[in-house]
Amino acid sequence: MTALARQTPDVAPEPEPQLAAPAGRRRRRRRTEGETRTITSAFERRRAGVRFSRAVLNGALLVFLLVVCLGPILWLAKSAITPTQDTLRQPLALWPHGVDWANLRTAWVDIDLKLYFWNTVVIAAGSWAVQMVVAVTGGYVLAVLRPRGGRIIYGLVLATMFVPAVVLLVPLYLTVLDLPFTHWNLVNTYWGAFLPAGASAFNVALVKRFFDNLPREIIDAARVDGCGDFRLFLYVVLPMSRPVLGVVSVFAVLAAWKDFVWPLVVLPDPAKQPLSVRLPRLAAVTELDVVLAALLISCALPIAFFLVFQRLFLRGGLEGAVKG
Amino acid sequence: MSSLLARARAAAPPVVFLLPMLLVFGLFSWWPIVRSFVMSVQQTNLVTDPVFVGLDNFRAVLDDPLLATAVQNTLWFALLALVIGYPVPLVLAVIMSDLRRARGLYSLLAYLPVVVPPAVAVLLWRFFYDAEPTGVFNSVLGWVGLGPVPWLEDPSWAMPSLVIEATWAAAGGTVIIYLAALVSVPPELYDAAEVDGAGVLSKVWHVTLPHLRGIMLITLILQIIGTSQVFLEPYLFTDGGPDNATLTVLLLVYDYAFANTTGGDYGKATALSLMLAGALALMSVVYFRVTRRWSE
Repeated sequence: MTALARQTPDVAPEPEPQLAAPAGRRRRRRRTEGETRTITSAFERRRAGVRFSRAVLNGALLVFLLVVCLGPILWLAKSAITPTQDTLRQPLALWPHGVDWANLRTAWVDIDLKLYFWNTVVIAAGSWAVQMVVAVTGGYVLAVLRPRGGRIIYGLVLATMFVPAVVLLVPLYLTVLDLPFTHWNLVNTYWGAFLPAGASAFNVALVKRFFDNLPREIIDAARVDGCGDFRLFLYVVLPMSRPVLGVVSVFAVLAAWKDFVWPLVVLPDPAKQPLSVRLPRLAAVTELDVVLAALLISCALPIAFFLVFQRLFLRGGLEGAVKG
Repeated sequence: MSSLLARARAAAPPVVFLLPMLLVFGLFSWWPIVRSFVMSVQQTNLVTDPVFVGLDNFRAVLDDPLLATAVQNTLWFALLALVIGYPVPLVLAVIMSDLRRARGLYSLLAYLPVVVPPAVAVLLWRFFYDAEPTGVFNSVLGWVGLGPVPWLEDPSWAMPSLVIEATWAAAGGTVIIYLAALVSVPPELYDAAEVDGAGVLSKVWHVTLPHLRGIMLITLILQIIGTSQVFLEPYLFTDGGPDNATLTVLLLVYDYAFANTTGGDYGKATALSLMLAGALALMSVVYFRVTRRWSE
């Protein structure tokens, strides 16, 4: 993605520096207001027509987002604790006739959702750990240590971004089935789920770019003080890297929780499968209200995770990568 | 001697730090890429040693009567996703960027579907798409006197149904990308446009959208590449049906390799994957050639 972005020219012309003088006063005033202008100007917003249509647009957007994005999840929350017959007869009733909290318990205990839930937690945690180790050590070597041949390796890493995932599905499965040299079979082991997740060029690029921008003076100063590669990594570079580690972490955990195709292929044993692979099979043989309760349990954790770390998701963790 | 030792010690840490990346990328990315080329010209069945068969796998794929169906369906999915799904995040982001105060809440809501695991979303939507008049969507359509729509049960409605769900699931991510790009529109350009007498819509057309053009070109090609590899929706919603109406290329790859009865033909599966990847690569090259000329 980075390489693609670099090829596209920046279409916005630079603002003319000479024009900044008359604009200076206005800019100061804006800063006191605490916001820069957007498409509509303050003057336009005072006009009745524009104000009216902006208010309508504002309301329409809010209603649209509430109904379309939040609506299905609220509906799921309601239906998860509603008896099946109620949901079937009046799916859009605002309030359940009888609350059936037992659905959640039935899903968690009787259809063994707890097992698949913990499987998912293990897969997410392991994939996160592998991705962190690969991205952080790789980014450190490429950006700070810069050994000979580093640029070639980085090029090979970036090149994998341009290989569509579809090409890899079958050969990756056969590789995991019989690992080169060791002949280990990782199918039906969690390592088979963790390790391929680490081969994310996107993570390596993100971390490397961040390390590239660390103040070189600090690194040089540590070197002069006799800091070796390991201590530089542990005590200088890592402590300064919390922002990028946070971004890589939240996306790694969410991606592992959402993943479907790879765990479907690499974990054929039902007792080891994560929620997303197991749910479709369970849904076919379970009563509707319990299925809906299971769906609610399965998306509760990622939603809570998102609400807690929303800043990392929403400020555009991809921003830097896309803008090149 | 001592200098040699010092050199070895100095070289050791880079290797230690490189090792995780080299091992993981080597085993799980570079090696499978190389292997896919090798496997596409071999007969592989895991029991006997692979045999070189030349282009037989490619020929077998091209002779498969299902290939034309799968290609057509995949193109249809990608086209529908373009028409239905591409404008949605753009329109949302442009409106949201102008309504500054509530933007945090709006982007939170817009991103919410992205964090719902796709398997959960599909199972939920499968219930929404109930073809009975009492189904969720059919009830809503009933309020305005439309429907009932057969949704997933009808060959011509199945694909649009998949695309609508896929758009719901993915739009939020693109909204965030556009919003991030919209922050950097120089305010002076809007001021200048107003001096020239531009109204709101003409500012959107002449300032906002041109500023987004670079990002829009990238999200467009990324969306096409992504939707050409659609698997989860057709697999979980309809398993390729009804009547093969949602059989996509990747579903065919999966069936060649992993289906219960017909599976195990890894050579054919990699041959088809490679053909899809080749088509996508060719399309990307042409795309960037054309759009570079066009955007300069």
